[in-house]
Amino acid sequence: MTTLIDLRPAGSSPEPEKDSPRAIRKSLSVADRIFRWGSTGIGTVVLVVTGAVGLFLGYQLIPTLHTYGLHFFTQTQWDPETNVLGIAEVLLGTVEVAIIAVVFAFPLSLLTALYISEYAPWWLRGFLIAMVDLMAAIPSILFAMWGVFLINDHAAYVSRWLNEFFGWVPFFHVSGGEPRAAVFILSLYTSSPAIAGMVVAMMVIPLATAVMLGVFGQAPLSEREGAYALGSTRWGMIQSVVLPFGRGGIVGGTMLALGRALGETVAVSLILSQNFDVKLRPLEIGGITTAKLIANYFNESSSGQLSALLAAGFVLFAITILVNSVAAVIVSRGRSGAQTEI
Amino acid sequence: MTAVLPPAIGAADAGEYPLNPTGAHLDADRVSAWFGTHKVLERISLSMPPGTVTALIGPSGCGKSTFLRILNRLHELVPSAKLAGEVRLNGQDIYAQGSAVTETRKRIGMVFQKPNPFPAMSIGENVVAGLKLTGTRANRSERTSLIEECLRRGGLWDEVKDRLGAPGGSLSGGQQQRLCIARSLAVRPDVLLMDEPCSALDPTSTRRIEETIGTLRDQVTIVIVTHNMQQAARVSQQCAFFLAEQGTPGQIVEAGATTDIFEHPQDPRTADYVHGRFG
Repeated sequence: MTTLIDLRPAGSSPEPEKDSPRAIRKSLSVADRIFRWGSTGIGTVVLVVTGAVGLFLGYQLIPTLHTYGLHFFTQTQWDPETNVLGIAEVLLGTVEVAIIAVVFAFPLSLLTALYISEYAPWWLRGFLIAMVDLMAAIPSILFAMWGVFLINDHAAYVSRWLNEFFGWVPFFHVSGGEPRAAVFILSLYTSSPAIAGMVVAMMVIPLATAVMLGVFGQAPLSEREGAYALGSTRWGMIQSVVLPFGRGGIVGGTMLALGRALGETVAVSLILSQNFDVKLRPLEIGGITTAKLIANYFNESSSGQLSALLAAGFVLFAITILVNSVAAVIVSRGRSGAQTEI
Repeated sequence: MTAVLPPAIGAADAGEYPLNPTGAHLDADRVSAWFGTHKVLERISLSMPPGTVTALIGPSGCGKSTFLRILNRLHELVPSAKLAGEVRLNGQDIYAQGSAVTETRKRIGMVFQKPNPFPAMSIGENVVAGLKLTGTRANRSERTSLIEECLRRGGLWDEVKDRLGAPGGSLSGGQQQRLCIARSLAVRPDVLLMDEPCSALDPTSTRRIEETIGTLRDQVTIVIVTHNMQQAARVSQQCAFFLAEQGTPGQIVEAGATTDIFEHPQDPRTADYVHGRFG
């Protein structure tokens, strides 16, 4: 029989009956502690400010609901003269313009991001990224001007064409816009939610593109090379490596863009002609969004009406927070089945 | 044991080389390589005949992997990469004008150091991923038989035949690597390049891969980069020793039959390296 050597360290206490986890204390250095508390403090300030904005706006709901009741959510008109205030059409219009913006922005952002990350030669890449960033730096009033003076009149012809050939679809219908009428009334087609959405799209493209670029750039080189080594074309590689990997970023970036589009004010205010009728005809003149409502009525409201405006703002705030949170979760969740690491 | 394979694509125009169903003849002719202005390979000439496993050995940073990546045109994916010389597959220069890079890579497959199955695909989909990527149409029964055939040739069939729908990432590292080998075989390559395929694997998985290499040797020409001298001695029939001395580009110090390199090396540096005295 072999002799076993006792390998236990000298001075070990005799085996207890049961072992239990021991407490481990970390002791941080002074510099670490200062940095930790500093960053925690600043991070908390951001949360507190956001929370305070939400609380302040949410607090306005109380007098508003007291005065206008639950009709505040179902009433479509906002008429300070007769004191009939409701946000039904306002919310509908907000979502309508935002979704139109995303419908325009999504393909443009996706293709821009794919081009920059996969196809552009390396010397052009930096320049293109700078250009997209520059789009984000243009003040929104300039986009608004561009929309009012250039896009409005030209896009109206596209709207007329859509109405003429697809007008039988309620979504593309323009009431009163008889394509074969003797006199063509262009103004029926201008200042519409569709045109406002188109301009807002330009403003959210940089955000969506940046998020998508970020995730495409992280698609693992090893998988890209694996695809190429099988004789893949570049498009085949994009389809089977980059797009599946970037799915979270594509969805998340689009939703972040949606969140921004929901709150866009200046461009929508200047382009959209105010109208409280409940209608889902985005090609037709007129509409309203929450941001536009607040901008329009802020100066001329009684204190009760001001509360109602802020309450409308709270609803917008809540929707935006919700959309952004969902987007953040999707972006950070990453891809499914990611366990390629060994 | 293995299914009979249809003739390899393009093997008919073999030119001076005979039609060879067991792989293709791969020749590197005075291949030099640069990254930017930094030269990493100095006129490498090496003949890699069919039916043979060629091992590339040498210390880290001597350009073995770069050389391997030149053999199937992955080198050019690096923006600053340049090269000189010719790589001939059955006598035809793969870098010639008008030579399709996707076709070249299809005929010269590659298995990487780190297993890289496509995580969004199942085991079965991973095997036939090459068909999708190269736009090759195949019906369901062709796919099914191709999946089985390639997994058998990769030595993985018995372990995964009941869960072909499971994600490729759910396999162990060694199984993933054999999945990658099976995936490479599915596009019917003439040559299979392996870049340290076992360096991330445990000894059991390594042995399985080496067995797989042994059975594939009759079917495709194999070139393997390895840091493991015993592995080179076990799996290869010919061997090339790469060395980059003091900032000079990598060169082949000695190449020849594996038994000669290991038992009667001509160059003292080769003797030192294979006996573990440096590197």
